[in-house]
Amino acid sequence: MRTLSVALVFALGLCAQTSRYGVGRVPGAEEIRGLGPTVAPDGTGLPEGSATAVEGRELFAQKCAKCHGEKAEGDVGPALVGGQGTLATPKPRKTVGSFWPHAPVVWDYVHRAMPFNQPGVLSHREVYAVVAYVLFLNGIIGEKDVMDAKSLGKVRMPNRDGFVPDPRPDVKSK
Amino acid sequence: MGRAEEARTLGKPLSGYTERSVYVKAERATRQSKTPEAGSSATPLADMMGIITPSALHYERHHAGVPTIDPEQHRLTVHGMVERPLVLTMAEIQRMPSVSRIAFLECGGNSGGEWGALTGPTAQRACGLASCSEWTGVPLRLVLEECGLKPGAAWLIAEGADACRMQRSVPVEAALGEALLAYGQNGEPLRPSQGFPLRLLTPGWEGNLQVKWLRRLLVTDQPYMTRDETSKYSDLMPDGKARIFTLMMEAKSVVTFPSGGQRLPGRGLYELTGLAWSGQGLIERVEVTLDGGRSWQAAVLQEPRLPKAFTRFRLAWQWDGKPAVIASRAVDETGYVQPGKEELIAARGLNSGYHFNGIKLWKVAADGSVANADA
Repeated sequence: MRTLSVALVFALGLCAQTSRYGVGRVPGAEEIRGLGPTVAPDGTGLPEGSATAVEGRELFAQKCAKCHGEKAEGDVGPALVGGQGTLATPKPRKTVGSFWPHAPVVWDYVHRAMPFNQPGVLSHREVYAVVAYVLFLNGIIGEKDVMDAKSLGKVRMPNRDGFVPDPRPDVKSK
Repeated sequence: MGRAEEARTLGKPLSGYTERSVYVKAERATRQSKTPEAGSSATPLADMMGIITPSALHYERHHAGVPTIDPEQHRLTVHGMVERPLVLTMAEIQRMPSVSRIAFLECGGNSGGEWGALTGPTAQRACGLASCSEWTGVPLRLVLEECGLKPGAAWLIAEGADACRMQRSVPVEAALGEALLAYGQNGEPLRPSQGFPLRLLTPGWEGNLQVKWLRRLLVTDQPYMTRDETSKYSDLMPDGKARIFTLMMEAKSVVTFPSGGQRLPGRGLYELTGLAWSGQGLIERVEVTLDGGRSWQAAVLQEPRLPKAFTRFRLAWQWDGKPAVIASRAVDETGYVQPGKEELIAARGLNSGYHFNGIKLWKVAADGSVANADA
């Protein structure tokens, strides 16, 4: 399948030298940037800005605690802390600290989707701040560690290697 | 001369848009929530006829509400590892060659409650995050050809225009195969709750991947491990590892009559019926048990059978008035057999949450009432 798709991709690359339907227009770099950042798991695509958990503490209380609890323990919204060591137990608790494999993706998700009732309201720096605070609450970084486009990609999440490919079909029918 | 009949009143006049009969009440089922913009509503499967789900009853799963989008203003931007990034208007997308096909759509979390001890009391509650429509759109392959994929392009990062900018990583193989940029559903534009004006459609794969209100496709060499493919929609195994990109929806079926919440008025002949589907292609056969799984017999499959679409099955059933435990199991064209709940749990444990496709048992009591077998 992989060989086939690589071959197909290559073929498409070749035949796309000319436009067939002549639809659409080529966007400028600024226009693409205007769609907002896209963030790869290694942090590629993270924008400028930096903050520490110290700066995130008050912002979290203002913007996040109402749903996630004062200490991110969960309320209307899910718990963001704890759960490490529970994934292989009968009561797994999946949180940023116990389950999420990549720190830059936490930035991406907070930026695109949080706060739930006002996504987009946080500045890039503010997103770094609340992400730093949540990572700090999980014991993953220090309170004064500066999170930015470079350092966030270097954070090692506890469940970094916790994901495996799809092995199905995996069920034996009687 | 006969006696004059009672005068009849005229019916309603012509109208621009038809509502259903006031006597037809079937609705999607929702749950009470403090955040009704994020959640799901389930199709009333037992009220459905044939294989097409009315668009107004197609299941919903939203993460930040249903946006109101002016199609004149909507744009799809394709960029990243392409020779020529493109911004497309809806009019331009609709200028390209289109195809229509019937396909089911099922939430990766459909039947999530069935993993536990207390299962869904109705077909709607147990399996209703699945629906089937005729979809119309442009093969995504054509748009990617227009952009020209660069060597090494392997994933598309699809992004919606909903408030949470839903984002999923889609393998390019899917895009080069059957994927559509869909703008039509059951003969009309997509309903807003299904992504108006544009959604991704990857037949046979979990619903969440098929990003609604599609505004961006970023072409990359890697998946972006987004929140909704790592923290959510992954399957946690007993060893603490989570399976990721479990995209294909395996074969599944459910008896919709008789099913939980219904009542048979008395002994006699009934038409047992239900729905089967498989993300791997055609439904090859459906077997029905009337004795709790001791014996199985083949149901009649309604034509046309279509790959990755609902298939309607039927079986004439003479009910003798005695308690019965009934269920269906689907077999698809790959030979895959829909498993029992115990077999699923034996393979995956109790923490995986998503992608439950086990056999659903209903028990018919002597009084004709029908309930989930564990009720």
